[in-house]
Amino acid sequence: MKQQIEGSQAVAQAVALCRPEVMACYPISPQTHIVETLSRKVKAGDIGHCQFLNVESEFGALSVLIGASAMGARTYTATTSQGLLFMAEAVYSAAGLGLPIVMTIANRAVGAPINIWNDHSDSMAMRDAGWLQLFAEDNQEAVDLHIQAFRLAEELSCPVMVCMDGYILTHAFEVVDLPVQEQVDAYLPLFEPVQVLDPQDPVSIGAMVGPEAFAEVRYLAHHKHVQALEAIPRISQEFQDIFRRPSGGLLKQYHTDEAETIVLALGSVIGTIKDAVDDLRAEGWLVGAIQLCSYRPFPSQVLRHIVHYAKRIVVIEKDLAVGKGGIVSAEVKIALQGLPTVVDTVIAGLGGRPISKASVIDAVKAACLEGLEEPHFLDLNWEAIKRELIRQVEQRRSGPTPENLLREIGLSSEKTA
Amino acid sequence: MIEIRIHGRGGQGVVTAAELLASAAFHDGKVAQAFPSFGSERTGAPVTAFCRIGTSQIRSREPVAHPNVLLIQDSTLLYQEHVFRGLSEQGIVLMNSIRKVEELGLRDWMVQHPEVEVYSFPASDFAEKHLGRSIANVAMVAGFASITGALTKSSVEYAIKEKFSGQMSESNIQVANDAFDYLSSHKVGV
Repeated sequence: MKQQIEGSQAVAQAVALCRPEVMACYPISPQTHIVETLSRKVKAGDIGHCQFLNVESEFGALSVLIGASAMGARTYTATTSQGLLFMAEAVYSAAGLGLPIVMTIANRAVGAPINIWNDHSDSMAMRDAGWLQLFAEDNQEAVDLHIQAFRLAEELSCPVMVCMDGYILTHAFEVVDLPVQEQVDAYLPLFEPVQVLDPQDPVSIGAMVGPEAFAEVRYLAHHKHVQALEAIPRISQEFQDIFRRPSGGLLKQYHTDEAETIVLALGSVIGTIKDAVDDLRAEGWLVGAIQLCSYRPFPSQVLRHIVHYAKRIVVIEKDLAVGKGGIVSAEVKIALQGLPTVVDTVIAGLGGRPISKASVIDAVKAACLEGLEEPHFLDLNWEAIKRELIRQVEQRRSGPTPENLLREIGLSSEKTA
Repeated sequence: MIEIRIHGRGGQGVVTAAELLASAAFHDGKVAQAFPSFGSERTGAPVTAFCRIGTSQIRSREPVAHPNVLLIQDSTLLYQEHVFRGLSEQGIVLMNSIRKVEELGLRDWMVQHPEVEVYSFPASDFAEKHLGRSIANVAMVAGFASITGALTKSSVEYAIKEKFSGQMSESNIQVANDAFDYLSSHKVGV
C-alpha cells in the first residue's frame, strides 16, 4: 500500500516483513530511526520470536550477529560512518566466514573533522571486505533492496550492505509502496544455511588457514561475487514478477541511447542528475545517466557493453581517495580499458554539501566543452583554501585546519551579509 | 510544482510541519516530498525544513533554494537569518506574528519585491489557546492551505489525525480550524 512515510520508517517496516530472527543494533545518526522502530516492533511482538539485542558497540552488534548467523538465524543490523569503522574487523570476519547478514548503511561522512552528514566515505572504506554493496536511488528502492538483500545473501551465503544516503533518504518523507507480508513470504523462502553450528552434527566455523589454502578461500569469496553478477539481475527480475515494479539490478540506464556523454553515480543523487539530463537534452546535449545499483560486485562487463560507444563518462562520486582522487571513477576506467572513452571524476557532496542541478549541468558542460581537471571538485570554495594555504606557508604554527576554515567561512559570510 | 521552505527553531515542530504538508498533499492525490535541513537539532537553534508538492514524480534531492512559499514560524529569525534568500519574485510569505504586515519592518524589502505577497497572522496564539503551548507548526500548515488553496482543509485534518493521537489530535484540529477561519475572514496580507 502506498504511504507518505519517512525513509527510516519504511525500511524498518520492510526489514520486519523479512522476519529476521536476531537483530543487534547500536544507534548512531542518521541510522537511529530505523533501529528505534525495529526495537519497538520486537518489543510489541510484531516480528515473531525475533530477539533484539542492545549491545555496547557496533563491534558488539556485528559480533553477536556473526554468532547468531552461524547458528542459522536470519540476522540484521544497521550502522553508519564511525560505527561501521568501529565494527571493521567483524565486517571482514562476517564476509570471510560467508555469513549472510544484512546490514543497512545510512551513508555518512567519516571524520575527522567530525561530520554527521551524508557522503559515501563509510561504505567505500569497507568496499573490499567481501560484502555485496547495493545502493538505493530513493526510499522505494531502499525498501525493495532490503527484501532482495535477504534473498541474495542467503542464496549466496554472503553478507549484503544496503546503502541509502543518510538524511537525504533516511529522513525524507516521501511516497513508498510498502509490500504486504504475503508478497514477501512468497518471495523470500525460509533461511536454509549452508553451514550451521548444530550440536547434533558438530562442525567448527572459523578455522585458521595457512598459506596452503588461504588464497583458495579468498578466490572462492571472489567467485561468490562473480556469481552475484548473475544472481542480482535474476533476483531483481523475480522481485518485479511478484511486486510489479522494477527495482535493483546491477545498474539502471536513463536516456543512454545515443548519448555521447553519460553521467554515472551511486545513490540518491541520481534523481537530481536525471533532472539535469532532461534539461541538457532539451538544450540539445546528447547526455544520459547510469545509476550504479550494485557497487560490489562491480558490473564491469555490463557497464562496458552499455557505454562503449559513449565519448565521455562523468562519474559524480561522494567520496575521495585522498592522494588519488576518485574511487568509483578509477574502477570505471579499468572497466573501460582499451576503449577511447574519456572518464572524468567529479568529487561532490562531501560531508553533506548539497549537489544542485545547476552545478551538475555546469560540470557536464565544462567536461564536454573543455574537459575537466582530474579530479574535479564540485563547488569548492577556492578562496578559503588559498587563504589557508598561504597561512600555512607564512607561519609554522598555523593552527588546526578545520577551525581555520570555519573561521574563514564565517568571516566571508559576514562580509557578504 | 510548489516549493516550500519553513524557517523556525529547534523544538517548534518545523520538521513535523513539512511532513504534515506532504501528508496532506498525498491525501489530496498529489506527489510530495518533505525533508529537514539536517544537523543542528538543538532546541532554539535555527531549523529549516523543505516540502515540494507536485503532480508527477519528484526526483530532485537538493534543498529548496528558490521557494515559491516561505513559512516563517519564528519571526525573530527575520533579523538573524537570510530567510528571504532565493524567494521567487512572485512568491508568498506567511509569517507567524501578532504584528500586522506593515509593522514587521519589511517596508524597504517589500518595495524592492513588489510582487511578493506577505501575510502575517498570530499562529502561536491559536496554539497557546488549544495546546497550552505556543507550538505553531499546525497553524502554519493550515495557514498555508488557507492562503494558497494548494491543500484541502479535509486533507490537513487527515494529516493531523495521522500524526497525532487522542487529545493532541483533537486540539491540533482546533488550532487548524482557527487558523483557517482567521485567514479567511481577516485582511492579513499586503
